[in-house]
Amino acid sequence: MYNPQLNKNGELSHLLSVEGLPKAILNQILDTAASFMEVSAREVKKVPLLRGKSVFNLFFENSTRTRTTFEIAAKRLSADVINLDINKSSASKGETLLDTIDNLCAMHANLFVVRHASSGAPYLIAEHLQRVGRDDIHVVNAGDGRHAHPTQGLLDMYTIRHYKKDFTQLRVAIVGDILHSRVARSDIHALTTLGVPEVRAIGPETLLPKHLDKLGVHVFHDMNEGLKDCDVVIMLRLQNERMTGALLPSAGEYFRHYGLTPQKLALAKPDAIVMHPGPMNRGVEIHSAVADGSQAVILPQVTFGIAVRMAVMSIVAGN
Amino acid sequence: MNIVIENGRVIDPKNGVDRRASLYVADGKVAGIGQVPAGFVADRSIDAAGCVVCPGFIDLGARLNSIEAELAAAVAGGVTTVVVPPDADPPLDEPELADRLVHRGEEIGKARVLPLGALTLGLKGERLAELAGLKKAGCVAFSQANKTVVDTEALLRALEYAATFDFAVWLQPQDYWLSRNGIAHEGEVASRLGLAGIPVAAETIAIGTIIQLVRDTGCRIHLTRISSAAGMALVHRAQHDGLPISCDVGVHHLLLTENDIGFFNPHARFCPPLRAQTDRQALSDAVVAGWAAICSDHTPVGADDKLLPFGEAKPGATGLEVLLPLTLKWADAAKVDLPTALARITSAPAAVLGLASGQLAIGTTADICIFDPEANWQLTPDALKSRGKNSPWLGYVMTGKVKATLVGGRPVYQA
Repeated sequence: MYNPQLNKNGELSHLLSVEGLPKAILNQILDTAASFMEVSAREVKKVPLLRGKSVFNLFFENSTRTRTTFEIAAKRLSADVINLDINKSSASKGETLLDTIDNLCAMHANLFVVRHASSGAPYLIAEHLQRVGRDDIHVVNAGDGRHAHPTQGLLDMYTIRHYKKDFTQLRVAIVGDILHSRVARSDIHALTTLGVPEVRAIGPETLLPKHLDKLGVHVFHDMNEGLKDCDVVIMLRLQNERMTGALLPSAGEYFRHYGLTPQKLALAKPDAIVMHPGPMNRGVEIHSAVADGSQAVILPQVTFGIAVRMAVMSIVAGN
Repeated sequence: MNIVIENGRVIDPKNGVDRRASLYVADGKVAGIGQVPAGFVADRSIDAAGCVVCPGFIDLGARLNSIEAELAAAVAGGVTTVVVPPDADPPLDEPELADRLVHRGEEIGKARVLPLGALTLGLKGERLAELAGLKKAGCVAFSQANKTVVDTEALLRALEYAATFDFAVWLQPQDYWLSRNGIAHEGEVASRLGLAGIPVAAETIAIGTIIQLVRDTGCRIHLTRISSAAGMALVHRAQHDGLPISCDVGVHHLLLTENDIGFFNPHARFCPPLRAQTDRQALSDAVVAGWAAICSDHTPVGADDKLLPFGEAKPGATGLEVLLPLTLKWADAAKVDLPTALARITSAPAAVLGLASGQLAIGTTADICIFDPEANWQLTPDALKSRGKNSPWLGYVMTGKVKATLVGGRPVYQA
């Protein structure tokens, strides 16, 4: 099947979604990231893989954290990094997304890191680059709408592999607002591709997308049941605006049913790890005792995230 | 002018005609099939060897953003009558606007233009437009296009008022609340791609409401662009119960499903959305059974309005010039014979409108399409007369090409 992320040799040219990527490419990214972990521990935290190349961070939607980690990763690869906060510039003057891209191409960009509020926006950009014959420019999706956040998915896989070694024996639960979560979708595709035998989704019906079973996921509404014997618990952020409509009655009721407390975590395996893509809402989806507890690997996730983003950027743009 | 169309396969679905014969046109009317009318002397002959000669197509929904180009597109597609929804800019909610559109159509002299008047002012779903005035100016029925009357009381009053004058009301059934944030069918594809969903219930709830109001008011209703199996089942049940309800299906919905969104292809964004394979199948079965007419839902959209992320792109596709080839493609897939397929774009829409056209009976107006059912052509932007180059079929080879179109016995298009 046609896959816009791969070039004609089957190599990764853009990272748009985890879905559709072969296991070998996921492992290549994770292995490359492992080799970069050592770089971040050095005194001079740089490798010259992207020297002379320009990485444009195109954030059509605000994000400090993700943008910063991409910036750090690009700088450690010796790239020039240009941050564009599009919200405040071109888009507000009526310039279209693709006009913006054409302009940046003319500035000799090599790699676009794109965050956009609309699902699929990075695909539009990648297809446009192909149409105008700029196969030399690469796109990395840093989060599009509800669709995908592939580098977050990959850093989650890195974290799981780091602590659990083997994917093929694991039971992984993803808890919370899966409907609106691009992280959850990327995690699900990555987990199933890497051979995790049981992926669970836990949440109220209002926060679960329809036909989740078709993605190979077991759905649980009762968190106590869903967490039983899990090796990995991935908590998702609950946006405050979810509370204003009819999706949920209140943060308090949500926390009582789907907040991760030490008591609920005790139902998972004793050595289960707890992950969260951040930023956390303490007392909404996660109890502070868990967030700060010994099973949480939330800060290591952030550290791994830089290595994973270095790996992705070096693979797509390094040749 | 007397015209003889020679050597063609004359198909008149309504009257069960399907034979090789010459067709004679005199004084703008069909004067004979296979038999020369007394005293007929042809001023002109058209060779239709290898071609089908059938009634011109009647399209139940075509937006004419740039009217000259779109009416040229219509006749190039064999469409001799277009019903125009009122969601133009400004909305067609005043008699003068309808009057102007009708006259402009006559001036251009290509396809016949039948406007739908706005049911409510500005299509806002609040205050009634001047229905009787609009009717007098040439509107054939009243519609909200794809806007919803959110206030059910306003809808009830509108149908009561329309029923008073025996005006027909055309509604696209879509619950406002369940569809306002959605951009794709709430199904597997939307879940996977992270696109906000529009559930089937958005359609069935609206149909349920409308059916109940039809029972209470007796208003004649035409439901446009049914998209789901469950919605079609409700409509059919209402028809079976004898309620005055007809419906149509957009031709793209007969051929495409949610899966055609692929990697966020904005050309696969429609209103209502493309739904699941089971829905497509049920729509196809319904059209085969004759419960629904086929319509192009022609929606020309500028290139810039499609070069956007899926959810920001304007919905709709160009339709007038692909109505025939796509209907043939559907017929081929659904194993429907040619006369039945042509009935769905000729006599079936004529019945919805209560028109005498859509047939080739002696004495009826000679709105005629002559097409080569085997001819292939590639759908490229340049191949289209319409300003709307937006199509999920760009690059595909279409089978079925219009050779000539007559409106009122006058040749208005010749390939």
